[in-house]
Amino acid sequence: MNTQDNIILKVENLSKVFAVKPEPIEALMDINLEIYAGEIFGIIGLSGAGKSTLIRCLNLLEKPTSGRVFFKGRDLSALPKSELLKLRQSMGMIFQSFNLFQQRSAIENICYPLEIARVSREQRLSRARKLLELVGLPDRETATPSELSGGQQQRVAIARALATSPSVLLCDEATSALDPSTTDSILALLKKINRELGVTIVLITHEMSVVERICDRVAVIDRSRIVEVGSVTEIFVRPQSAIARQLVFPGGELVERLTGDTALRIVFDGESSFEPVLANMVLACQAPVNILSADSKNIEGRAYGQMLIQLPDDPAAQRRIHEYLKSRNITFTEEIWHDNA
Amino acid sequence: MTTLELLRLLGQGLLETLYMTLISTFLSYLIGLPLGMLLTVTDKKGLRPNRAVNLTLGFVINMLRSVPFLILAVAIIPFTRLVVGTSIGSTATIVPLVVAAAPYVARMIESSLREVDAGVIEAARSMGSSDRQVLFKVMVPEAKPSLMVGATIATTTILGYSAMAGFMAGGGLGTIAINYGYHRYNTGIMLYTVALLIIVVQIIQEAGLHLARRLDRRRRAE
Ligand SMILES: Nc1ncnc2c1ncn2[C@@H]1O[C@H](COP(=O)(O)OP(=O)(O)O)[C@@H](O)[C@H]1O
Ligand SMILES: [Mg+2]
Repeated sequence: MNTQDNIILKVENLSKVFAVKPEPIEALMDINLEIYAGEIFGIIGLSGAGKSTLIRCLNLLEKPTSGRVFFKGRDLSALPKSELLKLRQSMGMIFQSFNLFQQRSAIENICYPLEIARVSREQRLSRARKLLELVGLPDRETATPSELSGGQQQRVAIARALATSPSVLLCDEATSALDPSTTDSILALLKKINRELGVTIVLITHEMSVVERICDRVAVIDRSRIVEVGSVTEIFVRPQSAIARQLVFPGGELVERLTGDTALRIVFDGESSFEPVLANMVLACQAPVNILSADSKNIEGRAYGQMLIQLPDDPAAQRRIHEYLKSRNITFTEEIWHDNA
Repeated sequence: MTTLELLRLLGQGLLETLYMTLISTFLSYLIGLPLGMLLTVTDKKGLRPNRAVNLTLGFVINMLRSVPFLILAVAIIPFTRLVVGTSIGSTATIVPLVVAAAPYVARMIESSLREVDAGVIEAARSMGSSDRQVLFKVMVPEAKPSLMVGATIATTTILGYSAMAGFMAGGGLGTIAINYGYHRYNTGIMLYTVALLIIVVQIIQEAGLHLARRLDRRRRAE
């Protein structure tokens, strides 16, 4: 559960100013975040919003101008350098451009962090082989990065980042250089790593579809500030900030206040999970909905219960929503709803 | 001069040239390699930026590099005498060669190390590498093919300088070319030495570049 004791990463009043000419750049302003152990936390924003700077502050690759970062309750900026270096072994990181060592083979890449951690050669190799297996490349041990496709390179990078068994994996636009189907497979791998190894994932992206597919919670960053934090469903169904609305509905359609009196009662029978259904529906139908009431329990990712949602007035949008729900075999009934409030 | 004498003369010159070139290259790297690393590390975007060190070192290097080799060699004759006891012959020539080439080597090393992708360095740092590990376990190995190309260019440049040193009785093929071709108008011998120099440069060049390609584990798209 998400409680105070379960916070693995905490960012407190963090700001970052780059002292460049002609004018200093305020890349991050007063950032506060709490990331829970075991979750997949997304940070979404447009290019230049400060995402990369923020994620690099989490392992202190970038030194914050002010504010603090806590990892498992320890204040990172207070650590002596040697401790910080050791601590980075518990935080893996992957990148948009993979950043593999070009002069090392796949397995040698994975062995590097283990060399740094002074693991014996035999143990390094056996650990690296297990990781290659995990990321689905057991037969590419001796391939060098230039012999691998983008997706394969990112798999090796993931294996390398996991070599020292970190509890957090930081992903900076990890799928932005990949085609859609490769993106899917990398996201599936990240999800598997999160579920099976319990690795907390912090993921940065400018694509809502990435957040939608694997994140539990998401923070929206706009012009150096966090403007919104919430569950993925919340952001999808009721984006508060202009930027979140723009990201959810890139077409520009939008969430004017719903006035319609058409509502749907959706029944969740445990066959599907609540968050993706709503989020996917909103995305697929490009239509906003309002949650009027919900009485549902989330048990191990499965939803049980009922939910009443208000539909947009546009009949075409209503039809799309009906069809979407039917196509997913989700039980629903139409109702007339009167706003008595 | 009999053919045998000619061959012996050229052979002797060739050996001296190789001796000067190889020893000078080695010593230039001994000095230039750490200096090149220092330049890279103290650069504004380096691992340990240090403006004062970087500017001072850069200035000294640029100064030495802008003096033409022969002028430098003459200017430091007192220093050469101090080190070797004489200012003529191949051993003496090693001194100005190293003084001229070490700054050149430092710049080559710097430019090779600078080519290493910043993202790769960032990845290494994210894994908890110390600055020393980033330099020796990442930057140097990643720059290996480029360093090898640099070493090839440095060696052939030093060989060229060593031939120039022929003007001041520096020994080797350069001295033979000057003595026979310039002073005694024996164009034949001069041409032989020049041909020999060209062949040696070609061999070093080809071997060096071949080695650089062999070392490089990146596969270039055909
Ligand atoms: N090392 C740096 N020096 C100066 N400005 C920087 C540096 N890194 C990032 N910035 C600036 O900070 C802002 C945020 O950049 P970044 O965090 O890379 O954004 P994003 O990853 O969201 O695209 C940009 O205006 C960028 O130009
Ligand atoms: Mg970025």
